[in-house]
Amino acid sequence: MTENNRYPLRVILYEGKGTGSLEPGARAMLLSMLLDSGYATTVAGDGALIRDDDFDRLLVIGMFDKGAAPNLADADGKIEILTRDITNLNESEILDAVERARDGMPMNQPGSWKPWFPVIDYDRCTNCMQCLSFCLFDVYGVDNEDKIQVQNNDNCKTNCPACSRVCPEVAIMFPKYGSGPINGEPVNDSDLSREKMKVDISALLGGDIYSSLRNRSEGAKSRFSKERDSDKALGERKKCLTKLAAQGDIPPEVLASLPSPEEIAIKAEAATKKAKDVLEKLRHSD
Amino acid sequence: MAEAPKIIYCRCAYAKVVPEGVKDGVMEGLCSSGRGFDAVADLCEMSASKDARLKALAKQDNVRIAACHPRAVKWLFHAAGTPLDDSRVEIVNMREDEPDVAVAKLLREDDGE
Repeated sequence: MTENNRYPLRVILYEGKGTGSLEPGARAMLLSMLLDSGYATTVAGDGALIRDDDFDRLLVIGMFDKGAAPNLADADGKIEILTRDITNLNESEILDAVERARDGMPMNQPGSWKPWFPVIDYDRCTNCMQCLSFCLFDVYGVDNEDKIQVQNNDNCKTNCPACSRVCPEVAIMFPKYGSGPINGEPVNDSDLSREKMKVDISALLGGDIYSSLRNRSEGAKSRFSKERDSDKALGERKKCLTKLAAQGDIPPEVLASLPSPEEIAIKAEAATKKAKDVLEKLRHSD
Repeated sequence: MAEAPKIIYCRCAYAKVVPEGVKDGVMEGLCSSGRGFDAVADLCEMSASKDARLKALAKQDNVRIAACHPRAVKWLFHAAGTPLDDSRVEIVNMREDEPDVAVAKLLREDDGE
């Protein structure tokens, strides 16, 4: 994945003064093709953003009079502006022209990677750290104020929504997931009950430890007072994952990529300690 | 005269969870409208890569975004460090709405609310 602090190319379809216009169907087809290839596009006119400075290069395409694309320059000199005439070019030829204008500069493109990562709904999140405790892949962490956040998107296992299943508040979304509420649909009471029924990790991990975590001021006194047998914890986690897999929520390849049992035990212990430390810190700051 | 709303269309090009027929229909509706608009390949990809363009989109006044579930879109922007201002943004859900409904929401005249 390319971090996009700046973006290599923005394509602007200009159909104003001094140009011809594409038929609406052709315009839609061209834009769709560019977007499906990963290019940000703008149809110039009322309703488009006037400008932004986060692009290195603008490519203005249009059916210019006499087939002659004008020379344009950014008045501030910040952005390189290229122009290309697209008269008599088909969509594929226009895409080729755009690719040439990008000139090999790196950018993310569809097909090679799926943007699969958890998105936290902070209107619902109670900072209970259950996700941090559960995830074996260090996806979660906390910010400077000890608030849960997604820190390592790239560690997330594609098509695995397990952490959203164990979130007691249904606060974790995967927008690319197929169904709600995990995909971001509104959450209703029946969703809450259903999600909790699917995987009651509180029960799996022994008693109501996580509800205690949510009620920090009261629960912190006893939340980690019970020593957990590591073998039992490992068994519980595997049971949870197996249950999720049986529901079709975890792809076999994700299960196959899980660390060894020994590594899981170490990771689980580390994740739990991380969550415990944060919650203890929060309790002392209350 | 009040400035026209900015329109942003998400193609959902990376995983294609927005139905093809809906996003194609919305694209055709926008292209037939004569209105200008911006289109991005995939807001999820932009959020994941902390794309700087999200900041430019989030800071706009009076924006309509054609994408997916509003709860997801709102927190995708937040996850990228560029939270949306709910009062200035309307999200049109292409996973729920039919194309003509979505296009009507994107192009409707401001009602002064």
